[in-house]
Amino acid sequence: MLGARVGDKAAANELNELRAADEKAFASLVERYHGSLLRLAAGYVKDRALAEDVVQETWLVCLRSLDRFEGRSSLKTWIFGIALNIARSRARREARVLPFTSFFRRDAGDKGPTVASDRFGTDGMWKTWPDPWTNVPEERLLGQETMAHVREAIDALPRNQRDVIVLRDVAGLDSSDVCSVLAISPENQRVRLHRARAAVRKSLEGYLS
Amino acid sequence: MKCREVVELMTDYLEGTLSAEDRARFDEHIAGCDGCRGYLEQMRTTRRLTGRLAAEPISESLEKELLQAFRDWRGRSQL
Repeated sequence: MLGARVGDKAAANELNELRAADEKAFASLVERYHGSLLRLAAGYVKDRALAEDVVQETWLVCLRSLDRFEGRSSLKTWIFGIALNIARSRARREARVLPFTSFFRRDAGDKGPTVASDRFGTDGMWKTWPDPWTNVPEERLLGQETMAHVREAIDALPRNQRDVIVLRDVAGLDSSDVCSVLAISPENQRVRLHRARAAVRKSLEGYLS
Repeated sequence: MKCREVVELMTDYLEGTLSAEDRARFDEHIAGCDGCRGYLEQMRTTRRLTGRLAAEPISESLEKELLQAFRDWRGRSQL
């Protein structure tokens, strides 16, 4: 509770600094959210350069609209909402040139088990136990190769799951903010988050275990 | 509860959205099941590793452009 209030205060300061045209405050925001914005944008456009374009336009729109920001959401939620709008309109514009797989992937189902059924016996218990990865050296766990796996696994997710995992686990928005940015129910958000995390876990398991 | 069911409750568990009854059953299962404990640990690690993608550095050229845009904006807004 205290943590949340301290966070709110820090966010309010950030907004004031930005409005006072403090370049350092802006630069620190840009740096802090870059990885998250880039990952979000990557789900909507076909290469990194275009994703960077989305990030750039996001900041331009934020600056242009800062006067109209009313603080009804947190500054962070507002920024990610803007990024999502820009990314979506880019995707619509480029829809004609995107490969068809993008359309199928976007609506891939949110149903069915997230762990292959052959991992369990007929009694529903594990046939072989998942390794807790506690023996994987931290160097390897946090190494570039592992991170590349995580990035690829996220980029391969259907868009509706990818948006949720990026906003929650990369950008660090809380669940109610994610629901309002994406206009989805808390249940829906949890289902997508679960499926997304399970898919990334599975991809990591193939690599780490 | 069976492992096959428990793995599908992992996110609800981590989000704290299980009912008190389900949570108790979940905890009871986990306490006696190395496989599900391992899986839960994997989910936590997955979340932690995913979070590290936020630290991706910005390219120098984009940062320069954005700071220039900021100065232009400041110049205009202070006219």
